[in-house]
Amino acid sequence: MSLALTRTLWRYRGFIMGSVKREFQARYRNSLLGAAWTVLQPLAMITVYTVVFSELMRTRLPGIDSPYAYSIFLCAGLLTWGLFGEILQRGQTVFLDNGNMIKKLNFPRICLPAITVINAVVNFAITFSIFLAFLAVTHSLPGWVILYAIPVLLVQIAFATGLGIIAGVLNVFFRDVGQFVNILLQFWFWFTPIIYSTATLPASVRPWMKLNPMTPLAQAYQGIFVYGLAPSWSTIWPAAVLAAGLCVVALTLFRRRAGEMVDEL
Amino acid sequence: MGDVRVSGLGKAYKQYPGQWSRLAEWILPAGKPRHIEHWVLKDIDFHLHAGEAVGIVGANGAGKSTLLKMLAGTVRPSCGEITIGGRVAAMLELGMGFHPDFTGRQNAVMGGQLLGLSLEEIAQLMPHIEAFAEIGEYVDQPVRTYSSGMQMRLAFSVATAQRPDILIVDEALSVGDSYFQHKSFERIREFRREGTTLLIVSHDRYAIQTVCDRAILMDAGRIRMQGLPVDVLDYYNAMMAEQNHHRIQQKTLADGRVTTISGSGEASIVDVRLLNQHDRPADTVEVGEPLRLQVRVRVNSALPRLVLGFLVKDRLGQAIYGINTHRLEQPLEDLAAGEEATYCFSFPARLGKGSYSVSLSLSREDSHVDKNFEWRDNALIFHVFNTDKEDFVGSSWLGADVTITRHDMASSAIHPAQGLS
Repeated sequence: MSLALTRTLWRYRGFIMGSVKREFQARYRNSLLGAAWTVLQPLAMITVYTVVFSELMRTRLPGIDSPYAYSIFLCAGLLTWGLFGEILQRGQTVFLDNGNMIKKLNFPRICLPAITVINAVVNFAITFSIFLAFLAVTHSLPGWVILYAIPVLLVQIAFATGLGIIAGVLNVFFRDVGQFVNILLQFWFWFTPIIYSTATLPASVRPWMKLNPMTPLAQAYQGIFVYGLAPSWSTIWPAAVLAAGLCVVALTLFRRRAGEMVDEL
Repeated sequence: MGDVRVSGLGKAYKQYPGQWSRLAEWILPAGKPRHIEHWVLKDIDFHLHAGEAVGIVGANGAGKSTLLKMLAGTVRPSCGEITIGGRVAAMLELGMGFHPDFTGRQNAVMGGQLLGLSLEEIAQLMPHIEAFAEIGEYVDQPVRTYSSGMQMRLAFSVATAQRPDILIVDEALSVGDSYFQHKSFERIREFRREGTTLLIVSHDRYAIQTVCDRAILMDAGRIRMQGLPVDVLDYYNAMMAEQNHHRIQQKTLADGRVTTISGSGEASIVDVRLLNQHDRPADTVEVGEPLRLQVRVRVNSALPRLVLGFLVKDRLGQAIYGINTHRLEQPLEDLAAGEEATYCFSFPARLGKGSYSVSLSLSREDSHVDKNFEWRDNALIFHVFNTDKEDFVGSSWLGADVTITRHDMASSAIHPAQGLS
């Protein structure tokens, strides 16, 4: 199943990469600064957080003295959450948005979510490299520990892709799914320790936070970038297994409902 | 390669009374089906041989597009089997996936990639695509600046850049100017000579008759008739008039032609004759010979108004001349049951060589679609010969005369000078 899938995606790699490129070009067409906007947006975000939290509010993380620590803490969580949110939100509309193409052209439909995911990853890569540049400028680079972020990111991407495809297929049949996912994402964001640390929560709430698969992922990024610590893999594993499970469910659902999906579009 | 075999094909769409019942069907494990199957296509069987061209005709909603989508592979059949030998190129909508902000060239590359071509293959085909589309410098302009005809030129060129084993075309060729239409038909013919099977849906009688070897008539999701394009189209025409579809008969005439008779039957044609100037039946006619078409009509039930029309068609079924008594301002009014009338139209056979058919219609008004008492295709056939006129080409004799004035440029330059001296 996955072999045939990989082969299909490989055969249509030209179309997939072309679409990713095209989506990028389309976004900044008819703008003067063009691709510079991709850089300016995250730069603005990082600047705002740094100025507001470390200069104006003088927020400090317990145990670290650096004025940038809280800003780094925020960005580590927010940027990666952004990747998760983008894959999920665009995944849930990917089939609806391309309905006419799915009905009129015979091509492997699995290319569509692949384009969405790669697009989100490229966006993230640009944003994240600005973040890394910021770390370098403020002498806050954590060293080789940073490479541990890659497997964590892979788990997160797989998790988001699985969920995104499931939501995308279901959304064709039940438009409620799209509405629901948007609300879910808001709650999920605040239930994940992104702008706060679990240490600040009352002890009675903390065990519940562990049920959220995004918690260990967010904590892993914060650990790497703020404290220079390797993630605790024992907390990542459950999320990884869940992500793999979701991908299998997503592909099965997609396969089973792909035909019916065309009838509904 | 190029064979298409369809057997027992059907397509049903699920209709749920509401979204909740769909959810119930999905979730409840021992659930009974909660949907109604709405069959849009049923019991479709046909076999296309490699290199054959088949046209599909039928009213809107007959299931033509669904059938093409299933053959193209975008819609999944509910039952039955499709076996396709070779690569399919389907033009269900031209310019699908074009992005208006990108140049023609960029979109062509994208279109090629969607067909599964590699960048190298596209690069190789690009000069051919450009040459065929003939849009000149526009190929490097954004597609939004294109006229719809130019968009279609580019899209067609991309879609047919490589010869497919099976080409599926849905109405797409009706756009574009006549020059490009001609050119695209030529390309399709060329593909056919090389063995491409063609399946085309069109409402354009001319397209089907000139390109196809066979036509399939679809009606309410089923195949109603298969056969020679002329016969199928005549039947389709009769069917369009006869919305209840009863009382359509087709008879095979002595010469192998098929006559189609349809209508509600309040009036009927008893006898048709084509007579020459010596009052003899004319099945062979000289170019320009005066003819009389005599039609005897019987009224079966009282009618307020009756119009008789006739239409002369050429071998391909193209209309050459048609007129009716409404347009000639001689409709009959207040007819009693049992009454009979004989009509006599006279006209000269200013036609080109070849065979022609006469179709007749009995209706209440100008158009037979309103109320069709009887429609009779191929009511009679006659052949036009040319023995005493100049040998001209075409379907009508315009009887051109010619006068020629020669201009001797060398001497005319001298004449004024001579006049002066």
